[in-house]
Amino acid sequence: MIEWLGMPVGASAHAVEVDRLMALVHWLMLVMFVGWSTYFTYVLVRFRRGRNPRASYHGVRSRWSTWAEAGVLVSEVVLLVFFAIPFWSRQVDALPAEQGSTVVRVVAEQFAWNVHYPGPDGVFGRTSSDLVSADNPLGLDRRDPAGRDDLTLVNELNLPVGRPAIIWLSTKDVIHSFALPQMRVKQDAIPGVLQPVWFTPSETGQWEIVCAQLCGLAHFRMRGIYRIQTPDEFQAWLAEEAKYLPAY
Amino acid sequence: MAGPSPWATHLSHAGPCSLAALRTAWLRYPNLLRRYLFSTDHKVIGLQYAFTSLFFLLVGFSLAVLIRWQQAYAGQPLPLLTLLVGEVNAPGGIMLPEFYNQLGAMHGTIMVFLGVVPLAVGAFGNYLVPLQIGAPDMAFPRLNLASYWFYAAGGVVMLASFFVPGGAAMSGWTSYPPLADFAPQGQTWWLAGMLLLVLSSLLGAVNFITTIVQLRAPGMTWFRLPFFVWTQLITSFLLLLAFPALQAAAILQGMDRLAGTSFFLPSGLMVGGQAVDVAGGGSALLWQHLFWFLAHPEVYVLVLPAMGIVAEIIANNSRKPVFGYRLMVYSIFVLGFLSFTVWAHHMYLTGMGTTISAIFQATTMIISIPSVIVLSALVLSLHGGSIRFNTPMLFALAFLPMFGIGGLTGLPLGLAATDIPLHDTNYVVGHFHYLVAPGTIFALFAGIYHWFPKITGRMMNETLGRLHFAGSLVTMNLIFFPMLMQGMAGVNRRLWDGGAIYQHAEPVLYLNVPMAHAAFGLALVQVFFIVNLFMSLKGGRRVTANPWEATTLEWAAPTPPRAHGNFDELPRVYRGPYEYSVPGMDVDFLPQHVPDAKAGA
Ligand code: HEM
Ligand SMILES: [Cu+2]
Ligand SMILES: [Cu+2]
Repeated sequence: MIEWLGMPVGASAHAVEVDRLMALVHWLMLVMFVGWSTYFTYVLVRFRRGRNPRASYHGVRSRWSTWAEAGVLVSEVVLLVFFAIPFWSRQVDALPAEQGSTVVRVVAEQFAWNVHYPGPDGVFGRTSSDLVSADNPLGLDRRDPAGRDDLTLVNELNLPVGRPAIIWLSTKDVIHSFALPQMRVKQDAIPGVLQPVWFTPSETGQWEIVCAQLCGLAHFRMRGIYRIQTPDEFQAWLAEEAKYLPAY
Repeated sequence: MAGPSPWATHLSHAGPCSLAALRTAWLRYPNLLRRYLFSTDHKVIGLQYAFTSLFFLLVGFSLAVLIRWQQAYAGQPLPLLTLLVGEVNAPGGIMLPEFYNQLGAMHGTIMVFLGVVPLAVGAFGNYLVPLQIGAPDMAFPRLNLASYWFYAAGGVVMLASFFVPGGAAMSGWTSYPPLADFAPQGQTWWLAGMLLLVLSSLLGAVNFITTIVQLRAPGMTWFRLPFFVWTQLITSFLLLLAFPALQAAAILQGMDRLAGTSFFLPSGLMVGGQAVDVAGGGSALLWQHLFWFLAHPEVYVLVLPAMGIVAEIIANNSRKPVFGYRLMVYSIFVLGFLSFTVWAHHMYLTGMGTTISAIFQATTMIISIPSVIVLSALVLSLHGGSIRFNTPMLFALAFLPMFGIGGLTGLPLGLAATDIPLHDTNYVVGHFHYLVAPGTIFALFAGIYHWFPKITGRMMNETLGRLHFAGSLVTMNLIFFPMLMQGMAGVNRRLWDGGAIYQHAEPVLYLNVPMAHAAFGLALVQVFFIVNLFMSLKGGRRVTANPWEATTLEWAAPTPPRAHGNFDELPRVYRGPYEYSVPGMDVDFLPQHVPDAKAGA
């Protein structure tokens, strides 16, 4: 089923679960639609005026429709209780430990994704809106010792495969929505709110960061690139980027 | 109640000089104005609503055709476009994103608030409810008149906003702040327009509730009400209880924009690298809660009257009672009630915890049950019938599977896990359009074909009706099914270029072209309807008072029903609304007002 739905490739650990639920729900929908349409067509043909000139006052008397409805209810409860709710508490609500994860900040603005890595010390440097300028969109304070080794990028996010990634998401201006379709990740970035989102990439590749919420005139091209790399590639990339850090 | 409207007379005497022209016209053509513009007769007001809302449906639909065209051919010059919408909006035939975003926001707003609701409630409700309950008019005829004029004023404000500097609202029909707080002037006009429309709906709602409670004819007990009247009653309660939330929210957003408050603006915002000079401390999410607290019940306002219309037409054309009438009534009670408990399923991805998301997922699944019951009952009603396939019936029947697709595609959106990939994609657009376009709009067409002979004493043309039906059914599906496919592939909604810059959209991007052509085709087949409507007014086949051999009270009134008063003699009701094919009778229908079974035969 999942192949014909035509979803983008799923490349994170939890994508499998989301896709399984997606397939199950669509099976349920298909069964209901086909069953129901078959009956509908039958009724239209069988009870057309030409075939049945006199209607029956009582109509259907059997109770099978009640059973069908009970079936729908039971399927919905199953989907909810065994799939949807546990998934949410395990995947969306709970955060993995920061040690052992790649931690990144992403700050959305009209119309770009600012990406902030803490650097080898694992601590994000201080940021301040007073320091925001065209070449320092995050307002990072490079004088803060924790901020000297931080990497900042625009519209570019690299992550290692097989390791949980925690992204602390926020926005400077309006609501945006941070979506990585192949990771089955989408999270609104809401002004005044710092919101974590996490996932574990399971395949390497290069795809696009999408803005999924109308955020102004150039919403349609608020696009970034993200790469899922092998751990070695990722380390090499970090080292390469560090070479370009300003010296203090 | 009969006679000239005191309210209108008052206007003409006390009106300031801007009303001078009106006053002259009033003096010259007093009868015409009183009869057609300021009448307090629910039927005239219903028709005013009908024509105005059909006009707005056409406007809203034209905007949608432009949206679809743009998504298919983004950036390709279309010189005609500059002619249509002006150099400011489409220089050199290329639509600017500024204008594209106005189209999206205003299409949604116009369709929902100026098109479908006023047609379903203002027009059908107004015209039919008093007739179906055997009342001479609405309980508050002048409130009714005021409700129409607030609606018309709201419509004028919304249309005018296209011409103010910066153009109309461009932050989606949802108007999420901070974006909407920072948008050009058009957004303020949008808020003002909404306030007028809300006022109109509130006045209408109290009127419907009072009318249905107080003015039922003798013998019209609750469980003898036609299902359509029930849907209007529940709808009115939804409007009455949900709209004030938006009313308040619109005032707060207006203050954010005009008075420097920051209800929806948190501290520390920076736009374009500059700190925004506001007090801060507000919450952007507060708006979403207030908006969806209205807008989810509003969705049921869009579908309940449609279910009511379909039920009437199915009972009449299958010549048998609807299946499970009481069950259907209880179901829509539950539906109405629960519709206030699901609003946050539009907000799963705003950062919700497990408990809250579990609650809203559960209510969302529960509310699907009464909807399934009503839809199943309508299908089961056909079983054992003797089905006539006329134009109204065709539209009513097509409503069922189309509405079914709309409802089913709601399931993956209602489960938070599967909402992650689908949220804000074209899957959502496809889902709700199946409910409101080939769903509700088909029901409304069905209603027009069905009640036209009561209103005018003439039939609409069957051949044109069938062409209209077949063309609409095919093109609607060609527009909306591909949207589901695109959304599944991850193509987002509200994109100026229809998703062209994204790689993952590539496999389904070609669908934008057939969708654009189908939208154009849908526009073309509406010509059959428009021609039919106007042609039949003058040239349709003449019919008697009850051409469909129906049982409900509107068919007991003369055709057209008497101005001010409806019935020659107020009816008395003896039985339920759908006594078709009663065993032992020669005739297959037994109207509600006929004293005993013999007399009906
Ligand atoms: C019948 C033909 C219709 C067509 C061809 C049509 C087409 C569209 C299109 C192309 C969009 C924009 C999707 C996007 O932004 O990517 C849209 C949005 C929308 N439509 Fe329709 N539509 C139709 C009828 C309706 C009706 C009857 C209603 C409501 C009762 C409606 C309500 C909306 C709403 C609320 C939106 C969202 C606007 C927003 O993004 O803020 N539409 N429609
Ligand atoms: Cu954005
Ligand atoms: Cu955006």
